[in-house]
Amino acid sequence: MLFTDFSFILGVPLLFLVYFLLPQRFRWMLLLLASYGFYACSGLENLLFILTTTLTTYGFARLLEVLAKQRNETLAAHKTEWSRDAKKAYRDKANKQRFVWLMVCIVLNFGILAVLKYGAFTVNNINALLALGTDTQLPVPDLLLPMGISFYTFQSMGYLIDVYREKHPAEQNPARFALFVSFFPQLVQGPISRYDALSSGLYAGNGFAPRRVLLGTQRILWGYFKKMVIADRILPAVTALISAPEQYDGVFVFIGILYYGLQLYADFTGGIDITIGIGQVLGISMTENFDRPFFSKNISEYWRRWHITLGTWFKDYLFYPLSVCQPMLKLSKWSRDTFGKEIGKRVPVYLATLLVWFTTGLWHGAAWNFIVWGLMNAVVILISEELHPLYIRFHKKFAWANSHAYDGFQCIRTFLLMGCLRMFDCYRDVPMTFRMFGSMLTKWNISALFDGSLMNLSLKVQDYVILLAGTALMFAVSLCNRRGPCMREKILARSHALSCTLTVLLFFVVLLLGAYGIGYDQSQFIYNQF
Amino acid sequence: MTRKQVILSAVAMSTAVVVGTAALQRLLMPKYMSDVVEGNLIADYYNSHFDHDVLFVGDCEVYENFSPVRLWEDYGISSNIRGSAQQLIWQSYYLLEDALRYETPDVVIFNVLSMKYATPQNEAYNRMSIDGMRWSSSKVNAIRASMTEEESFLSYVFPILRYHSRWSELTTDDFKYYFGVDPDFYAGYYLRADVKAAENVPEGRPLADYSFGVVCWEYLEKMRQLCEEKGIEFVLVKAPSLYPYWYDEWNIQIVDYAAEHNLAYINFLDETIMAETGIDFKTDTYDGGLHMNVYGAEKLSVWLGDYLTKELSLQDRRGEPELAAYWAEIAEEYGKEWQRQLNAIG
Repeated sequence: MLFTDFSFILGVPLLFLVYFLLPQRFRWMLLLLASYGFYACSGLENLLFILTTTLTTYGFARLLEVLAKQRNETLAAHKTEWSRDAKKAYRDKANKQRFVWLMVCIVLNFGILAVLKYGAFTVNNINALLALGTDTQLPVPDLLLPMGISFYTFQSMGYLIDVYREKHPAEQNPARFALFVSFFPQLVQGPISRYDALSSGLYAGNGFAPRRVLLGTQRILWGYFKKMVIADRILPAVTALISAPEQYDGVFVFIGILYYGLQLYADFTGGIDITIGIGQVLGISMTENFDRPFFSKNISEYWRRWHITLGTWFKDYLFYPLSVCQPMLKLSKWSRDTFGKEIGKRVPVYLATLLVWFTTGLWHGAAWNFIVWGLMNAVVILISEELHPLYIRFHKKFAWANSHAYDGFQCIRTFLLMGCLRMFDCYRDVPMTFRMFGSMLTKWNISALFDGSLMNLSLKVQDYVILLAGTALMFAVSLCNRRGPCMREKILARSHALSCTLTVLLFFVVLLLGAYGIGYDQSQFIYNQF
Repeated sequence: MTRKQVILSAVAMSTAVVVGTAALQRLLMPKYMSDVVEGNLIADYYNSHFDHDVLFVGDCEVYENFSPVRLWEDYGISSNIRGSAQQLIWQSYYLLEDALRYETPDVVIFNVLSMKYATPQNEAYNRMSIDGMRWSSSKVNAIRASMTEEESFLSYVFPILRYHSRWSELTTDDFKYYFGVDPDFYAGYYLRADVKAAENVPEGRPLADYSFGVVCWEYLEKMRQLCEEKGIEFVLVKAPSLYPYWYDEWNIQIVDYAAEHNLAYINFLDETIMAETGIDFKTDTYDGGLHMNVYGAEKLSVWLGDYLTKELSLQDRRGEPELAAYWAEIAEEYGKEWQRQLNAIG
């Protein structure tokens, strides 16, 4: 089931109604029921996988907690009796035991993800290698990919690592933990929430709060506006541009970069708005996943503002552990000794960065396109890091480099740079992506922009008008949200009647201008496939 | 905010959403007045007097090929047609079931062409067959049976979900007929007075399998049983359309079914019957043999009136003043429309 399915759109208000009518202590149970119902709609067999992750994570987290408690009790019992070395030896042994159990659960769950998501990709690559020297080919598995498996696996493993790190206690109630893993709005495309941030609201069973409900409803409608009015409307043009690269090369590649950037932004942020809006109505605070990413001045900033929860997940659970793990520390020492202090200190950071971006690419899809995309991001980030001192000198020397106009130039530059990298998302393979990039730089068919070709991309004049107006509105809202409370809160603070009127108007805009139903290819949320 | 303000806001917003949606839905739904007028056929039935001796059920081969006005004027038989474009057999069944909630005719005449379609075909035709139905379990079942993969049940409950993008195609008709349409039908008959002779009608291409679908037989049987339960004579017909091609292999299956259940089956493509009707494909069709024009429809209706009177003993009701007044009004409009079209053709 998608957010744009009519049954979802009608079901959610019904859920809100029942939620607020139920006694407080039963509300989280309703959410659990709704979440499993929602998930079951994507295929009953999918429940097996989410249940496996839920039960194993719950069980291992409890085990880790018990082991930590035993360790602490034993240390307390022998506080005076044991020497410092004896205590350290025991602590190391106990921690190692906990680490082993942690790894068992991580390997099991990431193993499921790896087999289901990357099984066919791996076998295809092995077959490609085998084809070089033998006639042997392995059968390519056709495996089910449960909806949102990457999201709930990452969320669960984040929780497990936090319990291992004793950041927060393990959840005692398996049903409540099941709700944390399966909370339905975030199953589609995140955000990847942290237990300590999500759990309090999730289990509180907050009552009806008019202000919160109004603001949440507005955010849901705004999400639908982005998804249905903008993203789904421009989708046919994006599909046309990337599915016929021979026809649409040169300047059309540039157009494709712009269109796809708009579609991806509206689709992904729209879905997150719907998710967070649903949470807001229910009184469940969820982590923001975007912070106006197209206003970023460089790629590092962009990645701090785009898909924030994935970035922080990789930072907290992969980059930092990788940076301080024993092999990396040894490598760091070796490189300092071999290459000197300046270069030596970079080696482990660069290696960790490349590994993280390789994994990020792999997370986005089981294809070389995504892996290359991830590594290209890493390369650009590392080059930017290397050039950082130069940038500082440049900004000091030229006053105009600190102007708003130059800020704007940097934003546009970052947008275009990210757009070029995103091309790996679009075209069917890596060589094709490079070819199209080359054609954009070498084929000057700019006249195609004015000969009516843009009208052959399944978009009519009224579609362009809606897209332009919609994009302008998104841009204006983003500008307004730069400082202080968000625009919705500002409007509500100024006039309750105006806020209500705009809510109703937004409903009609989505109803009339949304690209849905017969005649439109209803598309999945792009991030749903992860 | 006080409790009163919250309630007032909620009520005001809900009202605006409901009223606004209803108003927009009314505006955006096709009016089928200047173009694709067949879209109004199904709803038009509810404007009739529900006192029919004969009810025709089927697709374009009934609503363009039989003239209820001729049946009344020549034989005193009150009839109506529940037909729409490419009306599938399950739609015919549910439309019949729906009609029998209002009346119980003596005879139901079903055109068998739709036996060839065992799966939902076309969303636009589904809409024309179903949107005009009044809500009942029959309509719900008709929707469920008819939906193509891309359709959703909710879009039938809230048609704005289907027609929302028509805002860019609105015409003056959408505003003119906002509060109601006034289609030019004559007891479900769609009158065409123009002529286009049938020439070079293609032979049917051989099929791999001539068997009708299981689901089609099921609905035909349901229709027969429904009529039997209500004491209605169930008659099968095949209109004399040259295209879509009616295969002998299909015909035999209908003949056998009719014989098995002791039903009348009139195949107007049969040479003897065709000769008796006097159909001339040079003058009696408006689209090269696919459908009859009013001349052909009148000829078929005269033959059928004869048959209904003689074989099924339907009585002449022209002596009933109320009914006669009702039909006189329809006949007058029918004549005017015929003349209007003749004038337009020149």
